[in-house]
This record gives sequence, C-alpha cells and structure tokens, in this order.
Amino acid sequence: MEIPTDHLNKMSVAEFDTSKLLINAARQRDQRGFDKTLIIDVDCHHYENESMKEIVEFIDDPVLRRTAQVYSGAGTGANSPFMMGSPGSQDVAGRVTRYPLRKMDQTPDDDKHRDIHLSLKWMDAMGVDYVMLFPTPMLLLGLHPVPEYEVAMSRAYNRWLTEKILQEEKRLKTMLYLPFNDPDETYKMVKDFGDREGVCGFMVVSTRYKPVYDNAYMKTYSLIEEMGKPLAFHGSYSWNDHLLGNTNRFLVTHALGFTVFNAVHMCNWIVNGLPERFPKMDVMWIESGLAWIPWLMQRLDNDYRMRSSEAPLLKKLPSEYMQDMFYSSQPMEMPHDMDILEMTFKMIKAETQLCWCSDYPHWDMDVPSVIWDLPFLDERQKKNILGENARKLYNMDVSDRFPNYKPPV
Amino acid sequence: MAKELFVSKSDDLQDGDRKIVPNGNYEIGVYRVNGNLFAYQNVCPHQGGPACEGLLMAKVEEVIAEDKTYQGMTFNHDEMHIVCPWHGWEFDLETGDMVADRKFRLKKYEVAEKDDGIYVTL
Repeated sequence: MEIPTDHLNKMSVAEFDTSKLLINAARQRDQRGFDKTLIIDVDCHHYENESMKEIVEFIDDPVLRRTAQVYSGAGTGANSPFMMGSPGSQDVAGRVTRYPLRKMDQTPDDDKHRDIHLSLKWMDAMGVDYVMLFPTPMLLLGLHPVPEYEVAMSRAYNRWLTEKILQEEKRLKTMLYLPFNDPDETYKMVKDFGDREGVCGFMVVSTRYKPVYDNAYMKTYSLIEEMGKPLAFHGSYSWNDHLLGNTNRFLVTHALGFTVFNAVHMCNWIVNGLPERFPKMDVMWIESGLAWIPWLMQRLDNDYRMRSSEAPLLKKLPSEYMQDMFYSSQPMEMPHDMDILEMTFKMIKAETQLCWCSDYPHWDMDVPSVIWDLPFLDERQKKNILGENARKLYNMDVSDRFPNYKPPV
Repeated sequence: MAKELFVSKSDDLQDGDRKIVPNGNYEIGVYRVNGNLFAYQNVCPHQGGPACEGLLMAKVEEVIAEDKTYQGMTFNHDEMHIVCPWHGWEFDLETGDMVADRKFRLKKYEVAEKDDGIYVTL
C-alpha cells in the first residue's frame, strides 16, 4: 500500500501488524511488570462499520433491514442512510498510519471474529486484561435526524456485539450503547440488554441535542440505579455543530468538541439535582481528558453561590458532586509543570475516581505508562487508576486473569 | 573508545531511504536525505512510539500574503519531518527537535560513512 507523503511523493508499506506497531508498548509492559498488575481499559474501540454486513442482519424492522442490507454490501458507493458522517481528519491526514493500514493487519482464519483477534493483539501488547469496547462511526449516530434509525442500528449492534463478540471473549466487555434520542427505546434497551453477559454499564454518546434532565429519562435512570451499573457519557465531536462549525482546524474541533458536549451534560446533570434524585447511581465521563474538570468545578461553584435558587435540589457545591463521579483518563493532558496535573488529580480525587483508558486504536490513544510513570503517584494509587477503580465500579470478576486477586494496599 | 554499529553498505541506503537497525532493547532509525545521513533512536519522547517507522514528510506552512490574508498551505521540502505513527508528533529531521514543542527531542546519534559502509556511533 502507498501513503502520499506530499502532493508528489508516496511511501510504500508492505505490511502492517499491530503487535509490531506496539512493540515499544510491549517493552514498557515488561519493564514495568504490567503482567502482574490488573489493568482495565474503560474506553477502547473497534470499527463496527467493517462488520456492517453482519450487524444489519440483526435489524428487526424488515424494511429498515432491507435498506441497510442494500447499503452495507451492494457497493453502490452511496452513504448509508443509517450512519452519520462528519468531516474530520482523525488520523492527522494519514500521519497516524494505523488508520490507512489497518486492513493489512493479518488475523488467524478461525472461528473467532477478526475484531476479537485485533482487540487481543493490542491488549496483549500493552498488558491490558479487560476492556470496555465501544463502536467508532456510531459515535455520531446521536446526530441522526431520525431517532428511529439510531434505535434500529443500536439495537442491532447491541445484539451483534453481545452475541457474537462479548460471549466469545470474556476479556471484552462493554457499557451498552443507548439510543438516547428516543427515551422509551432507551429504557427498553436497558431492560432488554442490561443483564446480558459482558454488559458492565450503559453509555450515552454526548454528541447530541437532548437534555439529560428531561422527565422522559427518569424511569431509565431509576432502572439503571436499581441494576447497580454505572452510566457513562462518552465525548465525541461534530464539525457540523453550529458553534464548532466556526472552527477551521480539526485540532480545535476535537479539543473543544470532546469536552464541550460532556461539559453541557455535566452542568445539566448537576444543577437539576440528578445526583440527589439518583444518589446510588455511579456516573462516569469518558474521553474529555481531565483539564476541563477543574475549570468547570470552579465555574459552577462560583455561579451556584450567587444563584442557588436556580438549583434548589443541591445540598453541596457542584464541585463536590463532581468529586463523587468517575472519569476516564484519556486523552490525558501532560503539562510541562507537573504541579498542574497533580492538582487536577487532587481535585477529582483521582485515587478512587479516575480510571485509565487507552481509546485504542484511535489517534490520541494513551498507553498505561502515562499513569504508571507519573512522579506524584505511589504504587497503590497507580494500580487503583489502572485497574482497581474500574473493577470496583463494575463489580467485575477478574478471577480468570488473577485467581488470587487482592486490591492494592 | 565509542562503539560503532554497522547500519548497511553505502550503496544499500540510497537518497530518500530509511533503515531501522536493532540496538539492544531498541532500534535506531537511519535516514539518507538530500545526501545527508541522520540517525535517531526509534523511541518517541511522547509515549514511546516507534517514531522512525512513521512517515517522512515535508513541513507544512501557511501562505500569508502581504496584506496578512490567508492564501492556503504548502509543503516546505527544506525542512523534513519524522512523524511518529502513534500520535503524529513531528520531529525536525536535521535536529531531532519536536517541532511543536522543542523541549522534546528524539535521541540523536552520530552517523558517518567509511570504507563503503554506514556506521552509527553509540
């Protein structure tokens, strides 16, 4: 395969192997003894579009299924009416080479799905024991103008994922995609799939225009709280968004997009008193990095002190509710001044509330050493963030990887 | 006396070529570009990616007219960049400096030709 390096020249690539690409991650794994450390990745991805021919067979509605079949394999060249595209350059215009080259990655021709093989390849290289697996193009499905399409596709995806992937490989788990634009179908999804093997929680992609405080969602939150599983909001971007459409470089669209949508939902979640209404529900915020949290804590506290009459359900400061929540670490900002990061960790109570994630294979992924090598953490804190916090959050049985597992002390 | 690592015969590394040679726990990437040789450890200072296995690309520059208006972008082949394939961090081929934040750099090695061979000084 050839990748253009400028408008005239190309670089030829004969082979691509994830294990080889990540050989330095494997060296870090061995140098740091990650084989003896429980590592749970709370946010990684696969490319479900590469399995779309299989997935669409799980669509219940015969008319929608037939439509999806036409667009998933007939080679019409038309965009699928089920998927939302957004302009963007996640791979920095081909510089992050695993994007254009991933199709060359060889996997065994056996009964296991290719996505299982590909996932285990990078997990083993990094020393990751378990992951929460999420889709990729579907992260934009919340922007689809027709809720019915999000419902049909996410229901088909969840059936396919739980039956064809998670049941086959216990190291792969998920927080279930919820079709949040349809509150009743969201409730039904939790009810129908919440107890399936490998479903450790529920996930709402933040990039959408539905307020989390809508009364229509309360029965779903009650059900999730009753089930004792966490609810996550996963950041994403949309260059078609009116505000972000004012930016002309993907750098900014990404830096703001992945944060702003989560920030809006976080604000709505807190000022409407949802932590008071659902005090036993664990809430997690995924893929917005960490720097936005101290900013929002200070902004909300400052305004709340002046306008508490607008948030009468609150019994403590917004920042204190935020300290009760969980956060995924990636893409973790690395300031030159480590005091800034250390203060951020302190403000979010990282020791118990922060969970490492890779976001692999996406372009801004983090390896486990980003946590392990932090100079201000002791070994127990590192192990908490890399695995123990997530194990507790998901109440996860890790005995197949660590038969005598004991929480770090 | 400093140890030397044999890279290749001179003729086997043509202009524009790159060769990655093992060196202990890691590798060294050796480039010949515009007649000059460069050698760097194949470890990105960001998260440890195999920087030398990525693309070699010309620097991208903005074209700004005299009236300060933006006129597009172009490649500057006088400054070539080593691009780490893990995250896209770019390094100046001549110095090894990370171009967006020069507090970071690739570990550089001396590299020279002698007796029809290319050698890195360790």
